[in-house]
Amino acid sequence: MQQQEINRIQIEDNDDVVRVRARVREAAARAGFGHVDQVRLVTAASELARNIRLYAERGLVEILPVRKGNRRGLHIKFEDSGPGIPDIKLAMTDGYTTSRGLGKGLPGSRRLVDDFEIESVLGEGTIVKITKWL
Amino acid sequence: MTSDNNALQNTPNPRTIRMLSERESEILESWIENRVNSPDFRETLISGEEMTADSQSFLRAFVTAIANSNVEEMRGKEFNAIRRLLLDISEARAAQAFSPSETAFYVFSLKETLLPFLRDEYQDDPQILLDEVNKLSKGLDKLGSFIFVSTIKNRERVIRQQQQDMLELSTPVVQIWDRIICLPLIGTLDSRRTQLMMERLLERIVRSRAEVAILDITGVPTVDTQVANYLIKTVNAVRLLGSTCIITGVGPSIAQTIVHLGIDLAGIITRNQLSDGIRMAFELTRQKVVPINSATDSDAGTEGGDIDERVQSAHP
Amino acid sequence: MSAFKVPILKVGDVLLVSIQSDIDDRAVVELQQRVLEQIERTSARAVLIDISLLEMVDSFTGRMLSDIASMASIMDAETVVVGIQPAVAITLVELGLELKGVSTALDVDDGLRILRERMKDKQRRRAAGADDWHATAGN
Repeated sequence: MQQQEINRIQIEDNDDVVRVRARVREAAARAGFGHVDQVRLVTAASELARNIRLYAERGLVEILPVRKGNRRGLHIKFEDSGPGIPDIKLAMTDGYTTSRGLGKGLPGSRRLVDDFEIESVLGEGTIVKITKWL
Repeated sequence: MTSDNNALQNTPNPRTIRMLSERESEILESWIENRVNSPDFRETLISGEEMTADSQSFLRAFVTAIANSNVEEMRGKEFNAIRRLLLDISEARAAQAFSPSETAFYVFSLKETLLPFLRDEYQDDPQILLDEVNKLSKGLDKLGSFIFVSTIKNRERVIRQQQQDMLELSTPVVQIWDRIICLPLIGTLDSRRTQLMMERLLERIVRSRAEVAILDITGVPTVDTQVANYLIKTVNAVRLLGSTCIITGVGPSIAQTIVHLGIDLAGIITRNQLSDGIRMAFELTRQKVVPINSATDSDAGTEGGDIDERVQSAHP
Repeated sequence: MSAFKVPILKVGDVLLVSIQSDIDDRAVVELQQRVLEQIERTSARAVLIDISLLEMVDSFTGRMLSDIASMASIMDAETVVVGIQPAVAITLVELGLELKGVSTALDVDDGLRILRERMKDKQRRRAAGADDWHATAGN
């Protein structure tokens, strides 16, 4: 995967989640995504950035356009050093929540993108990586 | 040092270049004659003039390109012109229904043509002759495979474009009445098509302020779990917009499949015939069709007439 | 951004809420609170939420819309959400949020018509003595 410009957003406040949405929208439009795909990406990013606020309070979001062979896409990484997820399989289940939310954040955002990767170590943090291809 | 050596070994002798330029018209004539006489030449596909023009441009660009560069590496800027020319030729030929191998063969065929001219030039030095034949062959091989690959790529692009066009053509949205639209689906539904269909339908609903959208699946041969899920997704998205979706054309076989697959269509309005769907759409939009004669009498007796009974549609 | 307040207007029996721009979670929570307070204070019978300018509705905002609808219903007010954009509708469905308990309409005009019909229905049912709150709370 060839990398181009990287866009980093520090998550420390609720405003930062709004900022992530705006930046993802810009990057998705620049990468050439259609309107519906832009909304899918922005929505997925909003869910995952909010998870950082909910569970770890602070973290980092990186947005980068990617290329793999002839395919172009947008890759977004959500990283925090929060408590980590004890049971990823359970967390990926529709309707499961530990934060009084709807439990749609993780499983829902996975349905909105093409590639979804999640790594988590208890007590160390969580990294979620999503990619959508054009 | 080795790479310089290598480069030198792969750069044609200046004498070869000079000969190729001086005898250009003879080479061209012989090349075209060979092509026309070859068993695989299809004269219906390309005019003689066009071939002469293409061949001349190609031969010149080839000589210019190899004059100062390594034929092993076709990447240098010396080769930009000839690569661009080849792409143009390949595009034009793809449009004329030439197969990729025919186009590549056209490039390879120059090798045979050049051989007698090189033999003439280097009669007394078989070693140089061998070297030069080798170098020019290498260059033409590279160009031939380049055009083979790019012709295939061009074709793929044409096919993709046609698929896209068909996709757009196959999902028309029809305005049936004020605030009622219909999307007739015909053929097999795959995920790409269904996705596009859903987007178009939703946009059209908003644009025409359609209160009811009829999705007619009379022309859809089978419904599997995936297609059913797309339909359910569409119905739900339509509801979120504030409009109602009716699925019509659900025949016995599709009804059976849906029940056998255990697909839950609760909350989804389905009708057997498109006409039933249209009748339902009129009800939902508080309209009714009445026969011309009875139009005046039937007004009084309607129940619930106080709630926005707007349009009585009857054409004189 | 959190200083920005979504305006709530009262027109007749109806509270009009128009969310004009992307708001953060705190503003979403605050909006829900204010709508409920306004229902109580003004005895509004209906709430119309226009989100036609929202380019994104995620699970948090989606939940707020559902919650307002059910809470308002308990307070005897009808809710309708109008102007959901096509791309937003598709994304909500894919996210798994169908907003089942929320009434929707294409635009403010349709939304007001639906609310009026609902209020009329309710009155008629009450006049006929057939009122029981289960029947109205569910919608």
